[in-house]
Amino acid sequence: MKKIVKYIMTDILRSIIMIIYTIVLLATSFTLFSLEDNANKGLLSLLNIILIIVPLFSLLFSTIYIYNSAEFIELLVSQPLQRKSIWQSFSIGLAISLSLAFIIGIGLPVLIFQFNTIGLILIIVGTLLSIIFVAIALWAAVQIRDKAKGIGMAILLWMYFSLLFDGFVLFLLFQFADYPLEKPMILVSALNPIDLGRVLILLQLDISAMMGYTGAIFKDFFGTMLGLSIAFITLLVWVLIPLYFSTRKFIRKDL
Amino acid sequence: MIIANNLTKSYGKLIALDNISVNCKKGECIILIGPNGSGKTTLIKCILGMAIADSGFITFNNKNISKDWAYRAAIGYMPQIGKYPEHMTIGQVLTMMKDIRNTDQPLDEDLIKSFKLDSLLNKRMGTLSGGTTQKVSAALAFLFNPAVLILDEPTAGLDPIASEILKEKILAEKDNGKLILVTSHILSDLDDLVTEVIYMQEGKLCFHQSIDKLREETGEEKLAKAIATVMLEKAN
Repeated sequence: MKKIVKYIMTDILRSIIMIIYTIVLLATSFTLFSLEDNANKGLLSLLNIILIIVPLFSLLFSTIYIYNSAEFIELLVSQPLQRKSIWQSFSIGLAISLSLAFIIGIGLPVLIFQFNTIGLILIIVGTLLSIIFVAIALWAAVQIRDKAKGIGMAILLWMYFSLLFDGFVLFLLFQFADYPLEKPMILVSALNPIDLGRVLILLQLDISAMMGYTGAIFKDFFGTMLGLSIAFITLLVWVLIPLYFSTRKFIRKDL
Repeated sequence: MIIANNLTKSYGKLIALDNISVNCKKGECIILIGPNGSGKTTLIKCILGMAIADSGFITFNNKNISKDWAYRAAIGYMPQIGKYPEHMTIGQVLTMMKDIRNTDQPLDEDLIKSFKLDSLLNKRMGTLSGGTTQKVSAALAFLFNPAVLILDEPTAGLDPIASEILKEKILAEKDNGKLILVTSHILSDLDDLVTEVIYMQEGKLCFHQSIDKLREETGEEKLAKAIATVMLEKAN
């Protein structure tokens, strides 16, 4: 298994797209931090980029990588290797490579300009988001045989998580404005890793006061050690569930 | 060595394998023949665990393969159309396979030498012609001295010289007591190697017979004619 991870990682890290991704992230974060005199503001701008670009890149890159590796996967399956370990090697290889790009591209500048709890939480959330969207992409790629459909599905998934879900939540809030929805909102935010990540970081930035009563409830919950741990465990579950289902599917797939 | 029991496999509505049972023993050289789409490749893929049968099971050395994967160390497989990562060179593919297999047993590099692949080690897989890719596939199948060789259309796409080299190699391995499973359309090509014939049609097994018996029954020397005679008899 280690050997396959090694081959996959050297393959990914050598790819020009991956290098450009890292450089773009690095350039963006250095620019944002040097534009704003207040590092907190820089962090906030950076947060918005992380929540949009990182999931999109992870999803698309992983989906396309899996489709382009169809031949390699076929070759590996005919060798004395366990299917489970082949699939896990691909997951681990992609997850490590994309996390590495994120940690170099965004983690490094954040550690330089904003070495505190907020900065650390931002790095952890971003890394987890990278891994979560690798896992989701692998699930989509193993389910759909056709490459064009698979990539289309990845884009739709991204749209759902970053645009449609928020619209859906707003719609619910307006429809049920007469009911006390503040507490259920905590549960709803767990249904979308991007939202969960955003809430976790915004609450650390002390601007939750601007979010009204819901913000106060969120602060009450996620501000505690227990709430924070539950949030991170939820993010981990977002990695494990897609990974479990995609592995199960891959073991039974005809190649 | 390899026993398939009531194997059934369908892709949607298409039934690729319909209740197939075969028994392949050590030292045999079996040729799998049948028209296009008769399920030859599917049967091979099931044996390799690349396709998973809907019902029935396969045993390899009396062990069910469905939960096993280590058995593939004893199989050398040459696919019909070899597909390799395009950006890797021949040398890198060979090194990677050696690294993955990680055996301490002596490697059989005869084919690499006789196909003159060692002068092409720096060529990328994506730039190779179909025939050269087939040579790489063949070299990989024989590289680890496997007890079973599964060759899917081995001579298709190879030039006459290369296909002659490959035939010699198959013959030598057969004499070493290995089980060889070959699919082919071109019957005359492998006349002198084969000991058993399996004929498949529309996913069904038509017959499985030793070649001597087949020749005796039909009175035909040529494999192609003998099979044609049997098929005619069946049709009547």
